[in-house]
Amino acid sequence: MARKVTVRRVWVSTAAAWFFGFLIFLPILWMVLTSFKTELDAFSMPPKFLLFHWTTENYATVQERSDYLHHALNSIIIAGGSTLIAMIIAIPAAWSMAFAPTKRTKDLLLWMLSTKMMPSVGVLVPIYLIFRDFGLLDTRAGLVMILCLGNLPIVIWMLFTYFKEIPKDILEAARMDGATIGRELVYVLTPMAVPGLASTLLLNFILAWNEAFWTLNLSTLEAAPLTTFIASYSSPEGLFWAKLSAASTLAIAPIIILGWFTQRQLVRGLTFGAVK
Amino acid sequence: MATEQTQVLGRALLTPAVALLFIWMIVPLAMTIYFSTLHYSLLDAETWSFVGLENFRYFLTDPAFLTALRNTLVLVGSVLAITILLGTPLALLLDQQVVGRSIVRLMVIAPFFVMPTVSALVWKNLLMHPVSGLFAWVATLVGATPIDWFNDVPLFAVILIVAWQWLPFATLILLTALQSQDEEQKEAAEMDGASALSTFIYLTLPHLARPITVVILIETIFLLTVFAEIFVTTGGGPGLATTNIAFLIYQQALVQYDVGNASAGGLVAVVIANIVAFFLVRIVGRNLEA
Repeated sequence: MARKVTVRRVWVSTAAAWFFGFLIFLPILWMVLTSFKTELDAFSMPPKFLLFHWTTENYATVQERSDYLHHALNSIIIAGGSTLIAMIIAIPAAWSMAFAPTKRTKDLLLWMLSTKMMPSVGVLVPIYLIFRDFGLLDTRAGLVMILCLGNLPIVIWMLFTYFKEIPKDILEAARMDGATIGRELVYVLTPMAVPGLASTLLLNFILAWNEAFWTLNLSTLEAAPLTTFIASYSSPEGLFWAKLSAASTLAIAPIIILGWFTQRQLVRGLTFGAVK
Repeated sequence: MATEQTQVLGRALLTPAVALLFIWMIVPLAMTIYFSTLHYSLLDAETWSFVGLENFRYFLTDPAFLTALRNTLVLVGSVLAITILLGTPLALLLDQQVVGRSIVRLMVIAPFFVMPTVSALVWKNLLMHPVSGLFAWVATLVGATPIDWFNDVPLFAVILIVAWQWLPFATLILLTALQSQDEEQKEAAEMDGASALSTFIYLTLPHLARPITVVILIETIFLLTVFAEIFVTTGGGPGLATTNIAFLIYQQALVQYDVGNASAGGLVAVVIANIVAFFLVRIVGRNLEA
């Protein structure tokens, strides 16, 4: 940390880092700016960067014409529901593998990881037919189920790596003092596991929110979350870019903010603990 | 170690998760295998018949399959190359002393959180539009003719969008790895008069070898089945120019309703993904021992 670095070098790296950071962020920034333009300004050439007529009417129109809130609510229910159910199933499993490991625990973990490797498209046909026959097409329940199963391996893995870091001595000590396993879970383990639980919850909520294979294929209107709703803007119907930008900004803003809080957990969760 | 009581409890707690994942893995896969041996179309659901490996023969010799396979490989390869070749220097840069580093980090990481349908449509309409896109304006500024991205270089356009989404992932993982590098070792090397370049080649690069492997494998798993970006921008076209394996299977299943053929294609996709997964699981498994 305390290596001596010349002032000039700091300025050069700073300028370069800001330049490339800005370049990568530009598409998002441009989208946000466009969302405040009139459709005419959004199309103008040369582009108008800041000196345009600022308006918030796109946001109002998006809600009025396409019932944005309905789809946002679907996203919240689908992403939130699938994550919560996955957590409920995963917490006992991860606890068991971290604190009562057997000879087969490692193989079991790797097998769970391998279920995540199954390409969704490989089972598109059976899932679609099952959904059709059970009336699950375009229902929130169906999407909650499928996204829950899809993310379950990641949830278990993340929780496992967090539980693994909790010192076992503390649990032993609690047990010596006569704590039952139930009490041990509630009073000793849970408080220590809260940060890990929170980041697992957050990261998987984000993954489910952005999931765009099953949501596109299994929902059309009623249960359509924001991914599907935004995709409906791909059919050409005149000038609509400012509205597309407004709808997009609304769809990604909450998740980018959540995402910024989970940067470190992201690495851990998505590499299955292989990089920390 | 764990008592017998906890062993039993442990097994009980594990059962729901294992059972669910087992069903989730086996049932659809078994159905896919079964369907792949049938001549079965949803448009004519009454008449279906057992055809053995006929679907595989048809799918694998279909010229569309070869094109889709080529597109898939080009897409995966290009995005991997772009994200690693740009991600490594970017991570090195962010590992330096930079004023306002946390803000720069936020800007770099942001694209990863944008849902695929949004990134694809924003790139297509706001940046790559041949008349009013930001890129067209930059092109006219430097006196070049604007590129009609989705007509002239459609696959490359999709590659750019996907690479933009995955660059933050590569950068963030490599940056995390760099920050765990032993500073004292680097300092010692510097004191011994090692140049920045040789420190990079002999210390940093070997340190990054594993995280780079992890990035390659994980990205490959996801990139093999890129779907939404193609779905909302090109619909696989023009012609088959941007159809990858995932999109080809989707078309056979939900556009042409050819269940048998799409299932055969699905199994081909599973086999390809499993080859990659095999290596990834080995690397992660090695890490579990440590």
